[in-house]
Amino acid sequence: MQFGLSEEQILLRDNINRFLDDNSPLDRVRAYADGGDDTDIWSGLAELGVPALLVPEEQGGIGLGPLDAAIVAECLGAHITPAPFLGTAVMAPTALVASGGNQDALLAEIAAGTHRVGIAFAEAIKRRNDARVEVRGDRMFGKSLFAFDSVADSYLVADQNKHLYLVAADDPGLRRSHLTTVDKTRRTVELTYDNVAAQCISRDVSVFESVLDIGRVTIAADTLGAAQNMLDQAVEYAKQREQFNRPIASFQAVKHMCAEMAAQLEPCRSMVWFAGHALSELPEEARATACHTKAHLAEVAQFVAKTSTEVHGGMGFTDLVGLHYWFKRCGANRQWLGAPEFVREEAAVLQGLLAS
Amino acid sequence: MDLSFGPEYDDFRNAVTSFLSSHADKAPKGSDLRGQAAKDWQKLLIENGYTCRTIPKEFGGYGAEPDIIKTRIIAEEFSRARVNAGLGGQGISMLVPTLLEMGTQEQKEQFIRPTIMGDMIWCQGYSEPGAGSDLAALSTAAVLDGDEWVINGQKIWTSTAHIADWIFCLVRSEPNAPKHKGISFLLFDMKTPGIEVRPLVDMTGHANFNETFFTDVRVPKQQIVGERGQGWQVANAILGHERETLAPANTAQTRVNALVELMKNETADGERLIDNPVYRDRLMKLQGKVMAMRFNELRVLSARLNPGQDPGLSRMITKLEGTELRHDLEGLAIDVMGEIGLAYEDNPHLRGAGSWQREYMYFLGLIIGGGTSQIQKNIISERGLGMPREPKIEKAS
Repeated sequence: MQFGLSEEQILLRDNINRFLDDNSPLDRVRAYADGGDDTDIWSGLAELGVPALLVPEEQGGIGLGPLDAAIVAECLGAHITPAPFLGTAVMAPTALVASGGNQDALLAEIAAGTHRVGIAFAEAIKRRNDARVEVRGDRMFGKSLFAFDSVADSYLVADQNKHLYLVAADDPGLRRSHLTTVDKTRRTVELTYDNVAAQCISRDVSVFESVLDIGRVTIAADTLGAAQNMLDQAVEYAKQREQFNRPIASFQAVKHMCAEMAAQLEPCRSMVWFAGHALSELPEEARATACHTKAHLAEVAQFVAKTSTEVHGGMGFTDLVGLHYWFKRCGANRQWLGAPEFVREEAAVLQGLLAS
Repeated sequence: MDLSFGPEYDDFRNAVTSFLSSHADKAPKGSDLRGQAAKDWQKLLIENGYTCRTIPKEFGGYGAEPDIIKTRIIAEEFSRARVNAGLGGQGISMLVPTLLEMGTQEQKEQFIRPTIMGDMIWCQGYSEPGAGSDLAALSTAAVLDGDEWVINGQKIWTSTAHIADWIFCLVRSEPNAPKHKGISFLLFDMKTPGIEVRPLVDMTGHANFNETFFTDVRVPKQQIVGERGQGWQVANAILGHERETLAPANTAQTRVNALVELMKNETADGERLIDNPVYRDRLMKLQGKVMAMRFNELRVLSARLNPGQDPGLSRMITKLEGTELRHDLEGLAIDVMGEIGLAYEDNPHLRGAGSWQREYMYFLGLIIGGGTSQIQKNIISERGLGMPREPKIEKAS
């Protein structure tokens, strides 16, 4: 019995972290937030094999599993890295492989890092405003909100029936407009479809679900990394900052805030590990675990984001320290692919708790 | 990642379950520590290696090599079958491991066998009115007079003192030494003249604890574990372990399952409580937390089995998070029941035999006892996160 990361997984984590320490420091993230692009980061990650992670070996990939993807996501969250990891490297390959169709060419391009796939799922989870996606024959109409990756080459779109389609970003009927959010480390767009060519990937709801589940666990892992980094920064700051002639880390009021964050966050690490493992190995537990992991990480991260900012005092509120980038990353992760209340309701439905 | 224990453990688990199916009817139902049924059951469990497993045969145990997976399997199967897992109490859980580690051969021979067989019940004399979180400030005095210690002072929170045969007790034997170095660990008979036990009624309405007073209690000099002044180390040899096991996640899981059943069966205005979205979301929130704690416990277990694995803070946080979680969980059950949640003792509308209110209060006690939540946060921040201690305030002279 061994519940934890393997030597290979620890090596993977250390390699990715080393790359991101050098190539995704806060200054680089700020450059992206101010309008720069993320192409050098993504091509660097591609050289490390990140987009190939979940692509089967037969299609030119590495053929690792959801836990490995979660490990990489945790690193990206810790470094608040701008990268199209969730859509391109996780959800799209999962959909393309699960659908069973011949997608070898596209998978090979994804693995090589030369094709980015965006994700437009919000309308299949909880539709807001007038957004809705309709497919008639092989043509797509309607609107998706908060699709992510603003420069994707194609988008994996889920309609209200939880069917999955692929549309090309350069289709003449597709309009893509930027949607500003508080999270400046990743960009979201509004997609409008006016008679867009829609390639059906899957009409099997279980394919949609498996893509959603791995997406949620990956987001939870990103949140884990971001929240852990905020806690680490808070502890470090408290040890340096002196008031009343002593480090504020020696005041119980401050120590207890940090202890509460650590106590809530530590089980989250095991939860993300188990959720990742369950996706590939424990199908009967995987779905409910993914829901709970997404929701629980969102709640703990909300507490950690607020509390670690408070530990920094006024500096935490400023742009100088940059802590707000992590704060907002956690906030965005909370809403994407299902806010906690809705995701917990799904967990209840999965257990058959609701009156039918 | 490998969550299986391996085929040899499947055999072991089968042996445990088949033992349970053929012998469970002999298990005592209540919690009478003195009953003959409880002692007979204990004897049977020891003979089969299902309790006191690693205690050497020469002291009455089963004498197996330590194997935490087997220990866990036994706990899981007894809990699943809801069968009494043998005698508990502080003698078996705390004193026996302490004696095995620090006791003399004579002490092991004299005390371990009767303790594990249920013939000798112990209470723990640690906390005092003036020494709670700051336990090392304890002041119960032991003065050597010839071949005897003479003890004067008071202990508090001494659970089972009213039925205990013996006490293991921390006393200040070296009044001039620094506070952690002036403590000794003594064992003595509760029938010794000069001991008075007064029950301490707590918020549950029952006297689960006592206050214990010592007036010129004379104890033979050799009834000390470890050397004079070493009592703090003797007591701490096993204190940490006690904290980790106060609120195990599999019990929390059992309670969540019971709460789900309660919410399916109870109605308000004819509507099942599980169909109320507000209560259901609160339930799901707690279910998620329990899930996280279960996986955290897997990590604790794994780090024990694989010495190279970093446990992080997974062990350090279990007392704080586990006890707070149980209190919240029992509290939700009370909330969903409305006025019925208030029912207690002989109320005909009682649900779950009154366990929800009882556990709700009991776990508030555990949040405070065994190192308060605030002390846990000190430990986590200082030992876990490397934050500095509060500066010491010099004693006013």
